[in-house]
Amino acid sequence: MTAGAVALERVSKRFGGVAAVEDLSIAVAPGEFFTILGPSGSGKSTTLSMIAGFEVPDSGRILLGGQDMTRAAPRARGLGMVFQNYAIFPHLDVFENVAFPLRARGQKDVTARVMEALATVRLQGMERRYGRQLSGGQQQRVALARAIVARSAIVLMDEPLGALDKNLRYHMQTEIADIQRRLGMTVIFVTHDQEEAMNLSDRIAIMEGGRMIQAGAPREVYERPVNAFVARFLGESNLIAGVAEGAALRRADGTYLAAANVGTPGAASLFVRPEKVRLGAGSENSLSGRVLRSSFLGTLIRTEIDVGGDQVMTVDATNGPGMQALVPGAAAIVSWAAADSRLLAA
Amino acid sequence: MPLPRLLAWLLLLPSALLLGLVFLLPLGWFLGNALGELGSGSEILSEALAIAGSRAMQRSMLVTGEISLATTLCCLAIGYPLAFALTRAKGLMFRLVIASVLLPYFTSVIVRTYAWMVLLGRTGVVNNALQAIGVTQGPLSLLYNRGSVILGMTYVLLPYMVLTLFSAMRSVDMRLLQAAAGMGASGARIFLRVFLPLTLHGVIAGSLLVFILAIGFFITPALMGAPEDMMVGMLIERQVEQANNWPVAAVMSLVLLAVTMVVYAVYSRFADIRRANPA
Repeated sequence: MTAGAVALERVSKRFGGVAAVEDLSIAVAPGEFFTILGPSGSGKSTTLSMIAGFEVPDSGRILLGGQDMTRAAPRARGLGMVFQNYAIFPHLDVFENVAFPLRARGQKDVTARVMEALATVRLQGMERRYGRQLSGGQQQRVALARAIVARSAIVLMDEPLGALDKNLRYHMQTEIADIQRRLGMTVIFVTHDQEEAMNLSDRIAIMEGGRMIQAGAPREVYERPVNAFVARFLGESNLIAGVAEGAALRRADGTYLAAANVGTPGAASLFVRPEKVRLGAGSENSLSGRVLRSSFLGTLIRTEIDVGGDQVMTVDATNGPGMQALVPGAAAIVSWAAADSRLLAA
Repeated sequence: MPLPRLLAWLLLLPSALLLGLVFLLPLGWFLGNALGELGSGSEILSEALAIAGSRAMQRSMLVTGEISLATTLCCLAIGYPLAFALTRAKGLMFRLVIASVLLPYFTSVIVRTYAWMVLLGRTGVVNNALQAIGVTQGPLSLLYNRGSVILGMTYVLLPYMVLTLFSAMRSVDMRLLQAAAGMGASGARIFLRVFLPLTLHGVIAGSLLVFILAIGFFITPALMGAPEDMMVGMLIERQVEQANNWPVAAVMSLVLLAVTMVVYAVYSRFADIRRANPA
């Protein structure tokens, strides 16, 4: 089945001389949950608009289900969509909102299919309500039902959970993932929330300044970022400045720290996640210094340690039985394995 | 935030005073004096019913209704696309169109009506041009018929329709239209199932507003209309100026006022100003 395949080939789009998307190539497999993650202005929404057909690329091709759809009208693309702020029609009730894509495409069995979609998102009994009578989470479900009702092989979602509070957002993530797996649809999901991206996606593409910086499985992009931007964007990270020499970083004071990869010669950063660093000696790389502050974050205790040379190391330890926080000013040693650190070009 | 009650009343006071002194007071004085001439109590009522039911009044009400309805429909047919174009126009284009809608609005109705007479008269611009290029041999009678009244009134009332529709259209979330397209809807379906329903309250409010204004029209039909197409406003003027029959004029005015109030009651339901800016 290739119906769900999405491919962007060297797509570029400028708005008034400013490049919104530059030379972007993406290949999404049928049934894949693919997330485009980036800060605002990174080009992720423009990318989604071009896939939907609301914007036409200046150059490059867009293929949906193997067919060139670069310049096709939105209605010719047969996509399901969840819009930012849901775009629920205020003059239509829930039933007619969900029926809209079916009626627009002249499809049959409208009642049965609307009911099925409403059952899928667990909104039975709400058919005659209007958008303004629904909670944020219910509106989100209506938008979701409307996106899946026409059984499109490809569904686009533009920051669908952005308007929900944190608890509800996590809950809806699980539901979206369930529905996507059950229906086997391809989802292209746009968000600026990295936790959401990691929780949901088969693969994540990280965009910045109109370009795709890295694409890969959540764990891969989290643990092996290709540059400092990706490292910082996906959660907390320690980036230690120095010069790359083979598979090691030479710091300004002449000491060496080992990494898992060979860096490009020149100025570089050594990257290691706070949860890979532990308090105390014992691993290949170690630094000593003084505790700056200790923050209690519930399941985590985060300690910041000044190791000299304007470098602060962040260490995350899981809160457990008898766990104590370090007092600011106390001497401390941090250490981590070479396998957990990578050299990134500065 | 709602104003304190007292302050709200104070702010309303000047306009309430103005309305009372220059509208309600003279109106009451006129009606009181005029109807007083008819006698008292039941005499007034039976006289009034006779006048309201008279052939001249019935015919005039019908003519007024027909002309007002036709004018309203013409305003809607021209105003809807124009208002839509305004919501899409930007910069200089927007300012040009809004100016061409609003400038006539600031000009006296008499001036605008005379302008049409200059254009449409027997030796007017249109007739001269048609004869010069040989389309017609003699002058056409373009004035003093029902068509010319509807044309003139549509021209005068168009801004009310356009501004009402524009405000309704501007409050429509354009992302809904894009969403409809993304869900497979054709342009016609987007218009009929999304845009039109979302602007319908504007269509109703604008139509009622134009209709209310049209039924009270006097200058344009008097100057541009056919003599047999007597609108209620003209009939009232004739009773006062020519027949010097104030009681009849008063009863006719009351009938017109009653009809206007009924239409206004419907209008105020649809033109809720709070809806212009949905929260």
